[in-house]
Amino acid sequence: MAKKAASKQRATAETMAAKQREISVSEFFAKNRHLLGFDNPRKALLTTVKEAVDNALDACEEAEILPDITVVIEDLQPDRPASAKSSKYRVTIADNGPGIVRKQVEHIFGRLLYGSKFHRLKMSRGQQGIGISAAGMYGLLTTGKPMVIHTRTSPKAKAHHIELAMNTKTNRAEVTVDTETDDFPPARFRELTAGTRELALGGEFLPVSIYATGTSVTVELEGQYRRGRGSVDEFLELTAIANPHARIVFVPPTKAAGGGADDEDGPTLAPGASESGGVKPDSAVAPSHLEALAATNTTEHKGVIIYPRGTAELPPETQEIMPHPKGIELGMLLQMLRDSEHDQKNPTIASFLSDRFSRVSPATASKLCADAKIPVRTKVGAIDHAKAEALFKAMQATKLPNPPTNCLAPIGVKTMLAGMVKGVQAEFYTASTRVATVYRGRPFLIECAIAFGGNLPGDQSARVIRFANRVPLLYQQSACSSFKAVTETAWKNYGLQQPRGGAPVGPLVVMIHMASVWVPFTSESKEAIADYDEIRKEMKLALQECGRKLGQYVRRRQRMKREGEKRDVFERYIGEIAKACHAITGSEIEQVYNALLEQARARTEIADAQLDEEGRFIKDEHGRLAKDDDVVIIGDNGKPVIAPADLPDKPRPEGSGPTKPKSNPTKSDPPTPAARKKKKVVKKIAKKRQTKPTGAALFGDD
Amino acid sequence: MAKKTTTKKPSGKKTTKKAAGAKSSGGASTKTPPRPKTAHRAARDEHTAGRINQLADGVVAAALTNTEPEFQVPTRAASNTRWDKKAGILRMGDAANTRQLFNLGQARKFMQTLIHSNGIINLIEQNKTSSLRGMFYAGLHTIEGTKEKTFDDQTESDTILEDLEVTLGSLREELHVFAKKRGTMVGNITVIDNGDEINCRRMGTGGYGIPSICEPDILQFKNVQADFVLHVEKDTVWQRFNEDRFWEKHNCILTEGSGQPPRGVRRLLHRLNKEHNLPIYCLLDCDPWGHYIYSVIKQGSISLAFESERLAIPDAKFMGIRAMDYDRCELSDDVKIDLNDRDIQRAKQIAAYPWFKDHKGWQKEIKRMLDNGFKMEVESLITKDISYVTEEYVPARLKAEDWLD
Repeated sequence: MAKKAASKQRATAETMAAKQREISVSEFFAKNRHLLGFDNPRKALLTTVKEAVDNALDACEEAEILPDITVVIEDLQPDRPASAKSSKYRVTIADNGPGIVRKQVEHIFGRLLYGSKFHRLKMSRGQQGIGISAAGMYGLLTTGKPMVIHTRTSPKAKAHHIELAMNTKTNRAEVTVDTETDDFPPARFRELTAGTRELALGGEFLPVSIYATGTSVTVELEGQYRRGRGSVDEFLELTAIANPHARIVFVPPTKAAGGGADDEDGPTLAPGASESGGVKPDSAVAPSHLEALAATNTTEHKGVIIYPRGTAELPPETQEIMPHPKGIELGMLLQMLRDSEHDQKNPTIASFLSDRFSRVSPATASKLCADAKIPVRTKVGAIDHAKAEALFKAMQATKLPNPPTNCLAPIGVKTMLAGMVKGVQAEFYTASTRVATVYRGRPFLIECAIAFGGNLPGDQSARVIRFANRVPLLYQQSACSSFKAVTETAWKNYGLQQPRGGAPVGPLVVMIHMASVWVPFTSESKEAIADYDEIRKEMKLALQECGRKLGQYVRRRQRMKREGEKRDVFERYIGEIAKACHAITGSEIEQVYNALLEQARARTEIADAQLDEEGRFIKDEHGRLAKDDDVVIIGDNGKPVIAPADLPDKPRPEGSGPTKPKSNPTKSDPPTPAARKKKKVVKKIAKKRQTKPTGAALFGDD
Repeated sequence: MAKKTTTKKPSGKKTTKKAAGAKSSGGASTKTPPRPKTAHRAARDEHTAGRINQLADGVVAAALTNTEPEFQVPTRAASNTRWDKKAGILRMGDAANTRQLFNLGQARKFMQTLIHSNGIINLIEQNKTSSLRGMFYAGLHTIEGTKEKTFDDQTESDTILEDLEVTLGSLREELHVFAKKRGTMVGNITVIDNGDEINCRRMGTGGYGIPSICEPDILQFKNVQADFVLHVEKDTVWQRFNEDRFWEKHNCILTEGSGQPPRGVRRLLHRLNKEHNLPIYCLLDCDPWGHYIYSVIKQGSISLAFESERLAIPDAKFMGIRAMDYDRCELSDDVKIDLNDRDIQRAKQIAAYPWFKDHKGWQKEIKRMLDNGFKMEVESLITKDISYVTEEYVPARLKAEDWLD
């Protein structure tokens, strides 16, 4: 090798220079598509849906429209052999947003790193302007088909039908079709399946009235549709939880790739969504919660899944903010000074500071200047590197208020609870929203919700569902700050098992949401939140807040369970005692039995008790309802017994609450349906015992 | 129980049966009637049934007045037995456990108690008796609507019956329940067992099986000519004495209790002692177990402390084997059985019993055994000669009046 190099130089600076040229960002990402979440066919399908849905939600919210989003996935190779790992799919996402102005279409869909969200500090789902164009690029690479966009900006105007393909060399779109049409939303989708046809007739599928304006984007791509963890289904389901103000309709492909039946990834949250074959969940199997909350629960109609709107309240509008002095670096300060010199006609340093930074008042600006030994009237252009550095140091040394938090729109405790109750079938829910705080000068806030018990599997690790700016994060869980926060929280204190260094084990779903003007993702595919200490600490604090409430509930529940077991024992023997007393003294069996049963129930009253958010037993559930706003407990009748008074769209608990057997001492063994169910629940928790003697069975042979 | 008189004239018992019965039925009106020892069976049954009715009525009344059904079960434990030095017997104290229905640990027993109460009422009505095992089966069924059985095993059932005895203040025989028959008798006596006359002088090699219920209305003594009773620990020794016609030569009654004597045997010995003034001599092994058997015969046991007055024989004598017999009888080394740690521990416990504690003879006896470091069985005397025990050992002790009491 060395010899060869000595004899003849392989390349000279000149020959090398001939090969050196700019790389288009599109080319870069076309080669490195895994960075954007297109590593495999299944994930590619998900990422495509995710990017389009994110954009749709952002657009609707900015335009103050309640989002109605329709996702259609068509299998283009339904006759492929069963062994095929992937297939070609046509993915369409339609929204009822404001639409897109014609001349922007090429840029938005045809260029990478083009968008409205990168240059501002404002909380939004999209950040970089990569997503949807990358999906179109991936589709083009794998199928050669252009992206199809329909958009209408006014109910009166005609819709645009545009087909475009990205030129990766130039990072520009090449438009192949550009026509105007009245066909929006495209009528074709209504005729797709029996389900869509019927729903469309009922005005529930792509209704023109709601989709008066909006955008639909269609991408054909090589993908794989399989349900379970990390699937489109899960993504939409979680999106619905974090965005209860959105209505989402999903038409999955008729055939799942690789045999959707052997779903080794475990069930998704709502059974309705994971049930294949287009059968409505059997009401006998569906737990009573579902029936009670049917109005807000996921439903399925002949294969079309509808995630209904849980609240008609849009998230509050977020403010764009200026950078915070603590959140910038020296280079950024220099750049800002240069920009200001040009754009703002060389203002004074004091007005530069108070105008271009948040939390810097004129007084603070003067102080900063004094600290940096710069006269306040110095023009920005006169600040040299040394002065900028002094100013930067002064900024870091000065105590400043945290950045304003009106730039953040937390989901909010009530909405999180509504979302969790809607999507997770549990018996105990609690949520907490932390106050906003700062990492690297950027405001963020952490929210957390917990669902516990009910139908959740008790022998598995808790499921952690992660959100950043209301977008579900489905991959790289263990790399995510939120997951680390979950494993670092001492769940044993809250009555759960926890293997060393792992997530807790038990019937638990943990939801963590980070809202920030800039969520620090570990990669462009936005799968995990970077592990900043400040962020993780906030997450742990939020988890602990929820955990404490859970702990109280779990402990009380254990006590209820013990009381329930006790009652079981008493009730088992009472029949025998009544019979023996009858045989000895001739006393009325039924009378003695009922009298003893009353006593047994009264003595184990705790088993019937409902708990308040601190785990205390409540007698007067109506009194509690007015006060509490961060706990929901689902009673045995499937209705919330504790819930915030204005939990959106929740069925009001009907007065009865827990049925107290005491109320009717003479009636023979009156287990009301509610009381019977209570027993069932207690039993489910407890070791499965035999069924109890009912009055009829006891007295039948006398 | 405390009211019960302890001095009983042995004579004339049979003839006062009727009178005693009347007395007992009269006493039934008071809270704790004296135990109708020699009562007529009908009166006795009436009493037992009355007590059971009281129990069940209490449960029904509590149920209908919304109070917790409960009843008192006198505690059968060492803590609730006291040593009545004057009478020389163990007595049961006043402590009682409250058995409650709404107590997780007691609910099942509460139910079982009522089931057995009902079973006893049935026995009384049909005028039948049943064994412990029979009672277990009589009360056994699956609780309706569950897979749980009323009794898991006979042990559970037996405990409940023992509890019922003390709760009702009735003897087991008054509950129409008998235990497994154990123990044998032969000798110069005739008994009438449930109407059948049995001449214990003509029992062959098998002997008369002592029934578990030896109450006067079942078993009467007739023609008691013996001068004393020799009670031996087990059947093998008893066989030796019977084969050698020891009871004939020494005009006595020969009994054995197969180890710890059952209450039938103890009751029989008690009655022979009280009613016919026959001294009771015990020939037991020289080991803590033998000493304990003697202790039970003499003072009564903890678990049956409430019946001590009917079972204990304070003037029973311990004839042997004595710790000194190894030297006295010049036994060979082969008969030694080493005391193990448990034996030593047990011996020390027995030495600390209040009735042995101040008894110099017993303190010496136990100390000697511990010093020896070995125990001896009665059969060890066979090493001298097969009939050494019947022809030399016991006659010598009797002649010398050499025993511990």
